Amino acid sequence: MGVGINVRDLKAWFGVSEALHGINMTMGANCVTAIIGPSGCGKSTYVRCLNRMHETIPGATVKGQVTVGDVDIYEGSAVDVRRRIGMVFQKPNPFPTMSIYDNVAAGLKLNGVRNRAKTDEIVERSLRQSALWDEVKDLLKKKSGASLSGGQQQRLCIARALAVEPEVLLMDEPASALDPISTGKIEELIDELKKDYTIVIVTHNMQQAARVAGFTGFFLMGNLIEFDKTEKIFTNPSDKRTEDYITGRFG
Amino acid sequence: MTTGSLRVQRISLRRRAVNGLVTYAALAASIIIIVPLLAIFGYLLMKGIGSINWAFLTQTPKPVGEPGGGMGNAIVGSAIILGLSSLVGIPLGIGAGIYLAEFGRNKFGNLVRFTSDVLNGVPSIVVGIAVYGLVVITQKHFSAFAGGVALGIMMIPTIARSTEEMLLMVPRTIREAAWGLGVPQWRTTLSITLKTASAGVITGTMLAFARAAGETAPLLFTAFGNQFWNWNLNQPTAALPLQVFVYAISPFDEWHRQAWAGALVLIILIVVAVTAVRIVTSRGMYRGAA
Repeated sequence: MGVGINVRDLKAWFGVSEALHGINMTMGANCVTAIIGPSGCGKSTYVRCLNRMHETIPGATVKGQVTVGDVDIYEGSAVDVRRRIGMVFQKPNPFPTMSIYDNVAAGLKLNGVRNRAKTDEIVERSLRQSALWDEVKDLLKKKSGASLSGGQQQRLCIARALAVEPEVLLMDEPASALDPISTGKIEELIDELKKDYTIVIVTHNMQQAARVAGFTGFFLMGNLIEFDKTEKIFTNPSDKRTEDYITGRFG
Repeated sequence: MTTGSLRVQRISLRRRAVNGLVTYAALAASIIIIVPLLAIFGYLLMKGIGSINWAFLTQTPKPVGEPGGGMGNAIVGSAIILGLSSLVGIPLGIGAGIYLAEFGRNKFGNLVRFTSDVLNGVPSIVVGIAVYGLVVITQKHFSAFAGGVALGIMMIPTIARSTEEMLLMVPRTIREAAWGLGVPQWRTTLSITLKTASAGVITGTMLAFARAAGETAPLLFTAFGNQFWNWNLNQPTAALPLQVFVYAISPFDEWHRQAWAGALVLIILIVVAVTAVRIVTSRGMYRGAA
């Protein structure tokens, strides 16, 4: 089951330059929230703050509060946080030296799960969830994850993230490098996954946000301008800047 | 339309000529760099193959004037010394390389980089003298151990710098993928980054190994050499390059022939060792398109 995410006064820096100027946002459990906005508006930085990935960049810092379920993620270890909050990146990044099977099992194996039968079961379930099973079930240990097509690689990365059974799935422009057919598959998948997970998806593509998300937040220059039901954002936004952006006046 | 395509053709003729020229120049350069290696190997084969036989590989040297004998003890000695040097050089080199690549973006990292580049440029005989002072004088005798330390020190900078380069070639996105799964930093470095870079790291390590295997100067006053079987790490020990050196500067024809044979055996053993390591380590690895 997914859990809700509560963000209070979140600020993020790269060195001395402030990329996020105090974001407040509540994202519901088992709901798809889309983050839209022009390049450089801070949307990637924002989701990377939600699993403490931002701070891995040299010189990057964060302030504010992020609560996932009942847990303040900035208290305690980042490693534990990332185990609960999965992430799918913009460019498919399977581990190049590993087979398809090992890619999906990586999170389990590297965190010390040794049970073969259980691992087999989780790998199959994750690949089915990411709609890749039928395409790769005969190649699991024969082919490298990097030998798949771009769209398949991205679904492999989604399976890899699902295998560690996170509560939240963050997706940073997961379809921006993919062809329309693969994009369609990923979008169907997102719709399917929201039953079990809370999903936050960054997207460059407004139509995509409209298709997959229940709620949409519009970011501009490091500020959250408007956050509402997706339908409201795209049909009757309350802020002039949101309207200008979604009608294509800029961005 | 016609004039257009004519123009295109005229330009492409000149370009084709330049293109052909440059391509052949590059090909010629690559052939020229293969020639010395093939020439050395061919010459060694010619001079040395006649003296290689079972006795040569399994017996110890005979006194001058007595025919036969071999370099069996030197082959074993080389293996022992190289084993020791690998124990010193590979863990330290790879460890330092990991530090430099993953945590070394600071002043200390730069110091290590600079020191290691200088060490790489230090003449091997100087490394030999240093180890003579540090190990041989302290222990009051020559030993395989001292030889291993000297060659190990020579391996460190090459391995460290090539490991660093190879790790830095692994894209950040691969590390992020592992972090995103909640894998701790140390585990990511060892199981993901180092594994992804392993082909390159192994190549760098094998280069350092092969270079150390052929070093004579640092062994002159560390391992020292001997004429009999020795398995004791604390005793002077023979090594192939040392034996080749001693035999080659001797005035005896029989020893000259054995020196050629020893050099040939040395090259063949290096090639065999490097190839074996490659085959063993590439098993179970997937070479992706990325």
